[in-house]
Amino acid sequence: MIEVKNLTKSFGNNLVWENVSLTVPNGETLAVIGKSGCGKSVLMKHLNALLTPDEGVVLLDGQNIFELSYVDLRIQRQRFGVLFQGAALFDSISAFENVAFPLRYFTNKKEDEIRKRVMECLEMVNLGDIGNKSTSELSGGMRKRVGLARAIVLEPAYLLYDEPTSGLDPETSNEINELIVHFSDNLNITSIVVTHDMHSVLEIADYAAFLDEQKLSWFGTIEEMTKSDHKRLNSFIKASEYQI
Amino acid sequence: MQVFYDFGRYCQLLYQAIRSSSEFKSYYRNFVSEMIKTGYDSLPIVILAGVFTGAVLSIQTSYQLVSALIPKSTIGAIVTQSIIIELAAVISGLVLAGRVGARIATELGTMRVSEQIDALESMGFNSVSFLVVPRVLASFVMFPVLYIAAATTGVGGGLLAGIITGQVPAADFMLGARSFFLPWDIIFGMTKSIVFGFIITSISCYKGYYASGGAEGVGKSTTNATVLSCIFILLADLLLAIILL
Repeated sequence: MIEVKNLTKSFGNNLVWENVSLTVPNGETLAVIGKSGCGKSVLMKHLNALLTPDEGVVLLDGQNIFELSYVDLRIQRQRFGVLFQGAALFDSISAFENVAFPLRYFTNKKEDEIRKRVMECLEMVNLGDIGNKSTSELSGGMRKRVGLARAIVLEPAYLLYDEPTSGLDPETSNEINELIVHFSDNLNITSIVVTHDMHSVLEIADYAAFLDEQKLSWFGTIEEMTKSDHKRLNSFIKASEYQI
Repeated sequence: MQVFYDFGRYCQLLYQAIRSSSEFKSYYRNFVSEMIKTGYDSLPIVILAGVFTGAVLSIQTSYQLVSALIPKSTIGAIVTQSIIIELAAVISGLVLAGRVGARIATELGTMRVSEQIDALESMGFNSVSFLVVPRVLASFVMFPVLYIAAATTGVGGGLLAGIITGQVPAADFMLGARSFFLPWDIIFGMTKSIVFGFIITSISCYKGYYASGGAEGVGKSTTNATVLSCIFILLADLLLAIILL
């Protein structure tokens, strides 16, 4: 379970948000929504301590990750898979090697076992054999899927997605959404999805957190969200419907 | 204030690099590939710089020492000493600040702005040990090798220019070169090259690792890395001469 308690973050004199508190139960999916620049990705980067807050804690199964030593933190980080906005694939190695990368460094698997696991993950994201294609040869959707395959290769307990469907066509977006639901349902992975795509939120999430006016403006289940009378949240959802 | 902030952060990065240098498993692959990129791939430009510096120095020294009272072997001595003590290390250092320093700053800067460094950290890697340590260590090994290449080809270039222009016969050049040769000079030159290698790679790693602001930011980091490396090479050159000679 991930618990965020009274988190406050600012960069210099710019307050991003303050007193953010939320809980994500195991196996559930939380969507963090809000306007561009409201600090969604910043919040996500606190969950595995890529950023440190000014105040507050993030508890991972009851353990404050900001109090861990760097060695222990790195061990905890291996429980996370992260899909970055631009996929963040290493462009000096092939797509296959990107997926194999964590296996080579964090496991004692032999070459044929690595190949088997990589192929398994690539199959899961509907890519199959991408051979030795370099990352520059991949389309946006393929890059995201390779990033997703790399994120799940070590069988993480938590998956963090930063704008998983941004810049993709509706069909590819739906495929990515289906994969997120698949991982959550079948692999029992706890997911946090940062997005402003309300279509995705309704498809994949169990909970939603709405960041607005430098605070967590609204938090609840998706069912509660659709019935909410929160003005700014409704306005945000309505604006998204127009986009769709 | 920014200078102090930068210096503090640079020292912090070096401290992290020293602390994580024991994690050999995480960087030995990068260490080998960095030795190739820094050393082997830089050989042509270093050899070229060495040959031309030696040749020009030989011709210009002959031009300056026109007196019949000065033996021709003096030219060989001046060229060899200048190359070994000063020019091989400094010229190759300045050339490598452009070639190696710019590459490192651009690579790490691009990795930073495209979140590849965040991806490494989020997987549980120590990004400093993975990216910074192998680059700095590779420079410790390869810069002395490049110095030897620059010094050898520099002296060779000087000798060749003397022969081709007819200003210094080979026997005279070699006599002068041997007469004033001290093994310490080679050690001094190699010490310089190690220090220059550290300056170039550590500054470039720092500038790239903390790059921000997209493509423009990476460009700025690369320029800063190259300019700062050149400035600190010249400063270190002076300091080493004062301390060691």
